[in-house]
Amino acid sequence: MILITVNGERISTNVDPSTPLLWFLRDNLQLTGTKYGCGMALCGACTVHVNGEPTRSCSTPISAVVGKKVTTIEVVGKSAVGKKVQDAWIAEDVVQCGYCQSGQIMAAAALLTKNKVPSDADIDAAMSGNVCRCGTYNRVRAAIKVAAGLKPAASVKPAGAPAAARKSVKA
Amino acid sequence: MDKLFTAAKSRAVPNTSRRDFLKVSAATGGGLVIGFNLSLGNKLALAQAAPAPNLNQPNAFLRIALDGTVTVQVKHLEFGQGVMTSLPMLLAEELECDWTKIRAELAPAAPVYAHSSFGMQITGGSSSVSNSWEQLRAVGAMARTMLVTAAANRWKVAAGQCRAANGMVTGPGGKKAGYGELAEEAAKLPTPEKVVLQSAKDFTIIGKPTRRIDAPAKVNGTARFGLDLTAKQIPNLHTAVVAHPPIFGARAVKFNADKVNGIPGITHVVQLDSGIAVVAKSFWAAKVGRDALQIEWDLEPGSKADSVAMSNNYRQTARTPGLVAKKGNPDLLKGAAKTLVAEFEMPYLAHAAMEPLSCTVSVSGDKCELWVGSQLQTLDVLAAAKAADVPPANVKLNTMLAGGGFGRRTNLSSDYVVEAVAIAKRVGVPVKMVWTREDDMKAGSYRPMYVHRIEAGLDASNKISAWNHTVVGQSLVAGTPFEQAFVKDGIDGSSMEGIVDTPYDIPNLHATLHTTKIGVPVLFWRSVGHSHTAYAMETAMDDLAQLAGQDPVAFRRVYLGKHPKVLKTLNLAAEKAGWASALPKGRARGVAVHESFGSVVAHVVEVSMDKGELKLHRIVSAIDCGLAVNPLTVAAQVESSAVYGMSAALYGKITLKDGVVEQSNFHNYPLLRMAEMPKVEVYIVPGGETPTGVGEPGLPPIAPAISNAIFALTGKRLRTLPFDLASLKA
Ligand code: FES
Ligand code: FES
Repeated sequence: MILITVNGERISTNVDPSTPLLWFLRDNLQLTGTKYGCGMALCGACTVHVNGEPTRSCSTPISAVVGKKVTTIEVVGKSAVGKKVQDAWIAEDVVQCGYCQSGQIMAAAALLTKNKVPSDADIDAAMSGNVCRCGTYNRVRAAIKVAAGLKPAASVKPAGAPAAARKSVKA
Repeated sequence: MDKLFTAAKSRAVPNTSRRDFLKVSAATGGGLVIGFNLSLGNKLALAQAAPAPNLNQPNAFLRIALDGTVTVQVKHLEFGQGVMTSLPMLLAEELECDWTKIRAELAPAAPVYAHSSFGMQITGGSSSVSNSWEQLRAVGAMARTMLVTAAANRWKVAAGQCRAANGMVTGPGGKKAGYGELAEEAAKLPTPEKVVLQSAKDFTIIGKPTRRIDAPAKVNGTARFGLDLTAKQIPNLHTAVVAHPPIFGARAVKFNADKVNGIPGITHVVQLDSGIAVVAKSFWAAKVGRDALQIEWDLEPGSKADSVAMSNNYRQTARTPGLVAKKGNPDLLKGAAKTLVAEFEMPYLAHAAMEPLSCTVSVSGDKCELWVGSQLQTLDVLAAAKAADVPPANVKLNTMLAGGGFGRRTNLSSDYVVEAVAIAKRVGVPVKMVWTREDDMKAGSYRPMYVHRIEAGLDASNKISAWNHTVVGQSLVAGTPFEQAFVKDGIDGSSMEGIVDTPYDIPNLHATLHTTKIGVPVLFWRSVGHSHTAYAMETAMDDLAQLAGQDPVAFRRVYLGKHPKVLKTLNLAAEKAGWASALPKGRARGVAVHESFGSVVAHVVEVSMDKGELKLHRIVSAIDCGLAVNPLTVAAQVESSAVYGMSAALYGKITLKDGVVEQSNFHNYPLLRMAEMPKVEVYIVPGGETPTGVGEPGLPPIAPAISNAIFALTGKRLRTLPFDLASLKA
């Protein structure tokens, strides 16, 4: 019997202790926000927090997180930092396919929890384990700076405004 | 790919009468549903080669619910390029609705969602926006007209006295009704015979930077990709992992599952044409089981392709003329004052999308249901029908979000779909078949390997006098349903695009092609033929500029007199990059420009060498994509294509040894990472009346722009991809 805490919930399971945390989250708990990209700690898509540390869940056997607190993308927005990161991601229009973004956000939230004013070099160091095949790196960097309050969010006028300005009226 | 779409463009305008064009019905649960009539024509000959599946799908493009929510069915796959935002923008522009009320859903497979100029449901050729341009604006305008008429009828006034704005119809005397309240009445009205579309100067949505509507779900883990289906959505869902042969074309002779059967959770081990599948209650059990299988393979029928041997062979072949794709006079080279001889080699490339491939299937009785991120639903449905042995009409395909695709999901062989269906049919339970990263990378469907040889001459006044260009490589479409449309007189147009139609006014351009037959499966890869032709063209242009003793931008301008759009884009990038300005010592710039998918992109790249390491500092890009529907997406896609192209230029290489693919995961197929990312500035050439491609055109010119910058810095000309970075250290 293995006891872990996932997103604040205490869970006991008797899966094979060598099962990677990633597949326990995805298949047993059906928490599919955490993604599989490589299975070898090479891409960061599966990043979760274990006791607050960014961790590659694909290469972490469940036996290694016994008694520890696991946080996933599904609840990271409940923390102030996590929420800021998610909001900044939307403001900077970061996502493309979105598949790497759970991992990017978890890595960024972990970075900003420890380091409130990260330099570019800090961002490089914290984020270079997270591959984005769509190439969103520059917007990821910008969003981290927005979340850290180092830069104002890009201003985008809401689409459709001002509708009343339309000259011609068609029926 | 590019040419096929361009050639068919003139057919994109619906030519059926408006009455046939749309179908209107009441939505289940109230509201208005508008969809296209299936008689919308414009099918290419190749679509007729296969019987069109007649699926019983709702044919709706638009649904207005009673609460005023507008749901747009997006007929193209969303895999990063932003169609779940840009396509609704087209419709919303005409509908005069409240943008915050817009929702987007991925459309399932159905004939009504066929590409407007292609006759099949396909996402490719950077054409999702352009082929929806009239279609979705027309849908929006029809719906608006009907809503206004419904309000006018209700108020017993003339429609001309009412106007629609912001999801609301207003009439004389301050009368008001929301779209939601009018939807049901509107649904009962006849289809408007004619609608007039807004003119570009009045657009309030199209052309405005608009944030993605799929973003919130993608930042909180709720967006569901193909891999994310669980037993919650599909009861009793099992997972399958497949052992594939070590070389292409080999077959399993026998296998021993003794070590597999004891693993908890494993339910089935089945032999397929394509390998041995292990099915389990969870991915991990299936994977552990798959890895424990002992299999004896018959390698005899397999491919022994070997990259080193192919390189030698291709280079030899390139010295002889192939089939003529464009006729010039190669003899004129003999009289040239100066001559360039340049041989280029580009490797096989994997798509390596972030989400490894998967397909979920349920087969029961004579019905088959699929959940898959498909770029080519029409062919996937037909292939699934065949594999499941059910009529195509009984196949339901649900399009799932995809974590990238880059051409891999324009699956001409439907390989992973067929494999998943075969498993589900055999085991009788719903199955999610998952390819591991390694399976995905080793499964082929690569961008083919190519060698180009260019012999070009300058006359006494340093003008290009002749250009003899030979290409050697596999055809992307030989033996597929696309062959008929792509291959003319033995020439696969996708092998030569970007050369035979170059915007440069090059006298005596003589281009020939050797199409090779190698047992390695190949497929479209982001920007298709342009992914290799632009490298040869734009590196050779740089060589010739140097040979002529001229500035690379000035030299190119001379040959762009007939293509002002290309010239303008080149000039914009050069201007914004400060091309003429001096750089700090140890830095250099390179430039490249290329036209593809109806658009033009120019990049200026700034590089330096730091202790023998190449460093990319800055990319300044200009794009002319006609009318930029969503400038935020346009900039994102140019950047995205540049990053994808940088990974390929710096690292991308699939090699084979005795038929075995040598790469398996990101340690030996590296991708560009955050720390290597240069600054990127994207400038959009203003103007343009209709949209052209955006998702791919940024890719072709990036590798040559980097390579040209390296040349400017080091004097070393890199003609083989990926760059031999070690050679720069010497
Ligand atoms: S899936 Fe864990 S790092 Fe790639
Ligand atoms: S957004 Fe697609 S991989 Fe990062």
